[in-house]
Amino acid sequence: MSDPTAQSGKIDFSPKPRPHEVAIRIFLFVTAAISIVITLGIVLELVKESWLFFGDPEVSLWEFLTSNEWQPVIGKFGIWPLLSATLMTSTIAMLVAFPLGLMVAIYLSEYAPDRVRAILKPVLEILAGIPTVVYGYFAVTFMTPLLQSIFGNDIVDVYNTASAGIVMGILILPLVSSMTEDALSSVPRSLRAGAFALGATKMETSIQIVVPAAFSGIAAAFIVALSRAVGETMIVALAAGAGPNFTINPFEGAETLTGYIVRISGGDISYNSVDYNSIFALGLVLFIITLTLNFISRRIVEKYREVYE
Amino acid sequence: MDTKLAMHTKNLNFFYGDFQALFDVSLDFGANEVTALIGPSGCGKSTLLRCLNRMNDLIPETRSEGEIYFRDQPIHGQEVDPVEVRRQVGMVFQKPNPFPKTIYENIAWGARINGYRGDMDELVETSLKKCALWDEVKEKLKQNALGLSGGQQQRLCIARTIAVEPDVILMDEPTSALDPISTAKIEDLITELRKRYTIIIVTHNMQQAGRVSEKTAFFLNGVIIEAGLTSDIFFNPKEERTEAYISGRFG
Amino acid sequence: MSASYTGQKSYYGDGMAQNIARRRRHGRVWHILFYAATTISILALIVLLLNIFNAVFGFVLIEDEVPPTELAPGGDLESLSQGELISLLEEYLSVGLIRRFNFEEPLAERSVTDLAALVQVRIVNPTVIEAWSLQESLFQSDMIRAEHAAHPGTRVQFRSWLSARFLVSPQNPRPQLAGIRTAFFGSLWMIIIVIVVAFPIGVAAAIYLEEYARSEIWYNRIIEVNIYNLAGIPSIIFGLLGLAVFVRALEPFTSGTVFGGVDPTTANGRTIISAGLTLSLLILPIIIINSREAIKAVPSSLRESSYGLGATKWQTIWHHVLPASFDRILTGTILAISRAIGETAPLVVVGASTFITVDPKTLFSKFTTLPIQIYQWSARPQSQFRNVAAAAIVVLLVLMLSMNAVAIIMRNRISKQRRI
Repeated sequence: MSDPTAQSGKIDFSPKPRPHEVAIRIFLFVTAAISIVITLGIVLELVKESWLFFGDPEVSLWEFLTSNEWQPVIGKFGIWPLLSATLMTSTIAMLVAFPLGLMVAIYLSEYAPDRVRAILKPVLEILAGIPTVVYGYFAVTFMTPLLQSIFGNDIVDVYNTASAGIVMGILILPLVSSMTEDALSSVPRSLRAGAFALGATKMETSIQIVVPAAFSGIAAAFIVALSRAVGETMIVALAAGAGPNFTINPFEGAETLTGYIVRISGGDISYNSVDYNSIFALGLVLFIITLTLNFISRRIVEKYREVYE
Repeated sequence: MDTKLAMHTKNLNFFYGDFQALFDVSLDFGANEVTALIGPSGCGKSTLLRCLNRMNDLIPETRSEGEIYFRDQPIHGQEVDPVEVRRQVGMVFQKPNPFPKTIYENIAWGARINGYRGDMDELVETSLKKCALWDEVKEKLKQNALGLSGGQQQRLCIARTIAVEPDVILMDEPTSALDPISTAKIEDLITELRKRYTIIIVTHNMQQAGRVSEKTAFFLNGVIIEAGLTSDIFFNPKEERTEAYISGRFG
Repeated sequence: MSASYTGQKSYYGDGMAQNIARRRRHGRVWHILFYAATTISILALIVLLLNIFNAVFGFVLIEDEVPPTELAPGGDLESLSQGELISLLEEYLSVGLIRRFNFEEPLAERSVTDLAALVQVRIVNPTVIEAWSLQESLFQSDMIRAEHAAHPGTRVQFRSWLSARFLVSPQNPRPQLAGIRTAFFGSLWMIIIVIVVAFPIGVAAAIYLEEYARSEIWYNRIIEVNIYNLAGIPSIIFGLLGLAVFVRALEPFTSGTVFGGVDPTTANGRTIISAGLTLSLLILPIIIINSREAIKAVPSSLRESSYGLGATKWQTIWHHVLPASFDRILTGTILAISRAIGETAPLVVVGASTFITVDPKTLFSKFTTLPIQIYQWSARPQSQFRNVAAAAIVVLLVLMLSMNAVAIIMRNRISKQRRI
């Protein structure tokens, strides 16, 4: 402001054009919008190829949704053998991961001394960071032989959904426990103090006050973990089985949605074949399931989040 | 031992790690009296309050020396179960902290875990009536307690405390988060409750201490400067520092 | 202490002490349960790691086609002279093969070490016919001895499947010769492409969402929700996207044919660039989310002081917000990349090669990566490939752990010397 005219004359407050600010803003917006393009691309490709799949004379949507036979060679395309195997492995995984993960989270959040927590949390982070293919290796080389030695070779097949499911449970356990622990830790300390002041024991406070207060977060953790289990691929590709099989026996092999997609696309697949189109139709089903689960989990968090002062 | 004493402490010292928060605190709390603990922030009055029902046990790396008695029984040390102590010595906190459950459950939960065998509906009703909350909430007992106003929540917290029939109720600045009208209701409630309970209240509000309490103890830097009848402390303090604090020179 | 002090009627009864004891017992049982669950989780991690190490080391039973003792005194091939080694090769191998070796590099010009290695592979031709785990090697020597006795003409040797040779050798159909060189380069390419593509876009998008986007505008809300949805989509779906878009629709570009230099008759879209772009899309939402957290952690007082001096929005971001959050952005990005190099499913779908031995040289080379190799080796029926897979897992985990360690060290450094 050493300019003498600024003292006497008027200062120009009118907006100045700043072209490079505008350009940067547009550029940044475009990068953010890429995520929309990705989603549109996914939906578009899945729907387009599925359209071709259901347009094939061999395929009918009704059969796809109701039949329990999936044998492309003889033109049978019923999704249930694959879907049921996915449900089997996911259910087994959740049976392992949810109770364990919940208890680990309660231990970490309510019981563990700070020093123990400082060690345990990184350990769980490591567990969560191990690639899924390593878990697949673990299922094939450790869990399946273990199950075979417990239940017998003639009962437990070399490929089985139990082994894949249990190992998948170990895989998603850190996810459950860390999300649940976040939910438990966000329960205000004053609630715990209130419960203790009424003469509650630690267990009563943890289980009857803190856990219910964190319900929305725990439910969200459950659903996110389920969605992760449904979409999990490498463990089932290695351990669950290499052929569609409509069964409820967890010791039999059965191929899941993801396992089938990986096996078919891993081979030499020609475009424009029913096989090629079919993996996109299955991908669409998978996409819809996981998107629905994610949507539900977010609704739960939004709707049931307790508002503390 | 004087049966009129609800609680008393003898040479109580308390430490947060290396920091000593209380120095040789010896204080008597008469039964069915309201005792106010006053003093500037950080003077140790809340720490003393939390010693009385062993809430400080929950803070890691704290320790205490000296004795605390409930009537004539020591309540400090390994051989005493803090859960049992807290059932006899209830507490109301600075900010209302109702459980995110229904109003009914808020009252019933503490009673249930403590093995209450009577009629639960009746207990809920009498507890709420004692806290002058019944008429306001009787239509919505099954609604979430977090939907109540701040003042109602605080009265609910008092109701849930008296539902487990403690002898002593500790109140840690129970009205500091409330508006004047809600504060007046809580003060009326304290006056009502002293007929049945021994109340020890920490407050920053001098007028409140004057209105509700019979005895007052003034703390400074973890030391009791002066304790006695509220009227004496307020109108006839022996210590210059007490007078300075009361008349607002610091604090 | 049953009767209330004030004499009011109590329903709590005289059983208080018993009641408390019972509740305490329940509390202990639950505590033990919580503790046990945590122990089980940690045990799972330990067993998982032990199971891998168990397969990396151990005794192997080797059968030589021609025992080295027949070729050289004491079996020490390197004690032979160059001429002796060449004559051995000429004696045992076909004329055509010798001609091929001479074409690659004249035998007479090769060193003794190289020739001895050639003799070892081509003539001695050791085959691992049985491999034991470390645990079996340590505790079941009887079984190993019996097996050795049952196969006359074999020898038992302690083998580390993870070795320098394993790191530098390409794939091989025989487990004892297989290596991860090709896969390792493939994984490096993936890291580079992800850093070049996903990192700048992700950070830019995070800046937009944190600093520019007003969330009451509908399209900004859609972008925000969409990013969280993308992060929840199974990775295999991204593989399908990559297959349809990069491999198939953009084949002329991703195969490199429009740029020339590749043979258009054999080129297809299943290349490094397709795989790298697929992985970039996959971790883009994670980078955006992590970078947003980093930018959010910058206190608004910093922005205000910059605006107070008359800075524009971009000047504020470029000179203050980004430098203050850059460590955290980098940490989040490293964690995202470490996730990317462990990904398998999308790359299988995009079309990783099942068997290549040539180093990937350009963006348009065929590719394989460490996790792909682990997958393929684990899926083979021959049990010795399990050992090879385990060795590859160790390499992959070391690679990922060192990336994570860098990120964690950076994170700790930040929280220690929080400058703002």
